[in-house]
Amino acid sequence: MQVLAPRNSPRRFGEPWQFQAVPRWIYLLAGVGALFILLPLFGMVAQVDWAAFIPLISSESSIAALGLSLRTATASTLLCIIFGIPLALVLARARFRGQGVLRALILLPLVVPPVVGGLALLYTFGRVAWIGQTFSTFGIDIAFSTTAVVMAQAFVALPFLVLSLEGSLRTAGQKYEAVAATLGARPSTVLRRITLPLVLPGLVSGAVLAFARSLGEFGATLTFAGSLQGVTRTLPLEIYLQRETDPDAAVALSFLLIAVSLVVVLLAYRTPRSPLRVLVRGSAPPQDVLP
Amino acid sequence: MRLAVKKLSALAAAAILTVSLASCATASDTTSRPAATAPAAAPELSGTLSVFAAASLKKTFTDLATAFEAAHPKVKVSLSFDGSSTLVTQITQGAPADVFASADTKNMTKLSDAKMAAGEPVDFATNVLTLIVPPNNPANIASFADAAKPGTKLVICAAQVPCGAAALSDAKNAGLTLAPVSEELNVTSVLGKVTSGEADAGLVYVTDAKPAGTAVKEVPLKLATPTVNEYPIVAVEGSKQQELAQAFIALVTAPQGQKVLQDAGFGTP
Repeated sequence: MQVLAPRNSPRRFGEPWQFQAVPRWIYLLAGVGALFILLPLFGMVAQVDWAAFIPLISSESSIAALGLSLRTATASTLLCIIFGIPLALVLARARFRGQGVLRALILLPLVVPPVVGGLALLYTFGRVAWIGQTFSTFGIDIAFSTTAVVMAQAFVALPFLVLSLEGSLRTAGQKYEAVAATLGARPSTVLRRITLPLVLPGLVSGAVLAFARSLGEFGATLTFAGSLQGVTRTLPLEIYLQRETDPDAAVALSFLLIAVSLVVVLLAYRTPRSPLRVLVRGSAPPQDVLP
Repeated sequence: MRLAVKKLSALAAAAILTVSLASCATASDTTSRPAATAPAAAPELSGTLSVFAAASLKKTFTDLATAFEAAHPKVKVSLSFDGSSTLVTQITQGAPADVFASADTKNMTKLSDAKMAAGEPVDFATNVLTLIVPPNNPANIASFADAAKPGTKLVICAAQVPCGAAALSDAKNAGLTLAPVSEELNVTSVLGKVTSGEADAGLVYVTDAKPAGTAVKEVPLKLATPTVNEYPIVAVEGSKQQELAQAFIALVTAPQGQKVLQDAGFGTP
C-alpha cells in the first residue's frame, strides 16, 4: 500500500513544499510509459458510437453478459479471500521445506497463459478426469456451468490476492502479534484482532486486483466453461463474439468493461484519506515506535 | 511547467512515432520486401505473395503454397490464417494482403463493399457440417435428432460465426430445435470440447472432423438439403502483386489445387 500512496505524494494546495528526488529525465520515460497505456484507451474511446451507445450496451445479450460477469467475479473474489488469506499467512509466517517451490507453483497462474490454465482445469475437473468423474457420480457436473466460470476466474485471480497479502504481511512484521501473544491472546484472536486489521489495506487491494482480473478473464473461461448466454458467456466472451458481426457493439461493451473496472480500482485506491485507511493507519503506528 | 509538459508530450509522441514506424518497416519487410525489386514485366514470376486465408484452410493452403513455391522458385508465399471476419477487418485496416480466401460469402462481401476486392471473387470450395461424438459415444448418439434431445451436451458455434449460422440452418432444415450447452466462438473450440470428452456431441465442418481422425466419431447428419458454405477467393485491390495473386488463384481453382482441397474433405463449388 505504501507504494501506491507514498508519503511525499504531489503537493496539494496549502501543503508545505516537499523535496522531490525524481530527476527530470525520469518524467520523460514515465510519460512514454503512461502514454503507452493511455493512448490505446483513448483510441478505443474515440471509436465509441456515443449516439448508439445505450442501445448497443442494453441489448439482452449484453445485459446478460454484464450481470453474469459481475456475479461470477464477486463469487470468485470471495473464493480468493477465503482461501487466499490462509495461503498468504502460511507463505508469509510459516516455515517448512519446499515453501519456495510451493510459492512459485501458487503464483504460476500469473505467468501461464490463461488458455493453459483452462486446459489444466479441464483435465482435472472435466467430465473425463478423475476428480470430475467423482463429482459426476454425486450428480455434480462442472463443465459448461457457471461454477466452471467461477473456478476459472478464481484460478487466475488467486495469485494476485496471495501476492498482495503476503507482501503486506511481511511488511507489517510480527511485533504486535508477539506482544499480543505474550499478553495471553490465542493465535486465532491474534489473527482476528491484530494481523488482519494490520494488513487490511493489502487485503483490500489484493481483493480488488482479484476482482478486476476475474472480470477480465477470457482464455481459461473459454477453454474450461464454454460460452452460453446467461450461463457461461461473460462480458469478455460476449465482446469477442460481437466483434464478429457488430464491431460497434464490441467497442461499446469494451468501454463498459473498462468503465466498470476503472470504478472498482478507483474505489479501492481513491484516496489515502479514506475512512478505512485512516482507521487502519490509526491502529498501526509507525513500526520504529516499538522496540 | 506547462511548456515542459508540452515538450515532454511532443517528445513522447516522437518516440512513439519512431517506434511505430520502425515496427511498420519490419512488418512490410517480412511480408512484401522483394516487391520493390521485383521486375514488373519479368517472364518468370518472383517476389513475395501474402495470402490471408480462413482458418479452416490451414492444411490445404499450406500444401498449395509449397506447391506454388516449387513451381516458381523465385516466389515466396507468406500465409496468414485466422477467422474470416478477423482477416477482413485486418485487410480493410491496411494489413498487407495480396490474396484473400474467405470461409463464407458474407465476409467476402465485406471486402467487396470496402472496394478492396480486385475483380469478382471466385468460389473454389464448399464445406458442410457434420456431427461428431467422442470415440466412446457416451450419450449413444446415432442421429442428428439424438443430439438435439434435451439433456444431451451438444456444443455448436455461436450464431454470429459462419459454422453457427450453418448449424442453425441445418437444424431448421431437419425440423429440430437445438439446445446446446455451449455456443463456442469458433469451430476449433467445438472440436476441442468433443475431443476432450466434455461434450456429448458437436457440429463441425467435415474438413475439421476428417483430420481429427480417431479422436472423434462421425455421425452422418443425413440431411435432404445440407447448408453449404461457399469459399470465395479474390486478389486484394491495391496489392502490388496482382500477377502473382492471379497465378496463385489459378492454382487453387486448377485440377491440382482442387484435388488437394477435395482430399481434405472440401466439396466442389
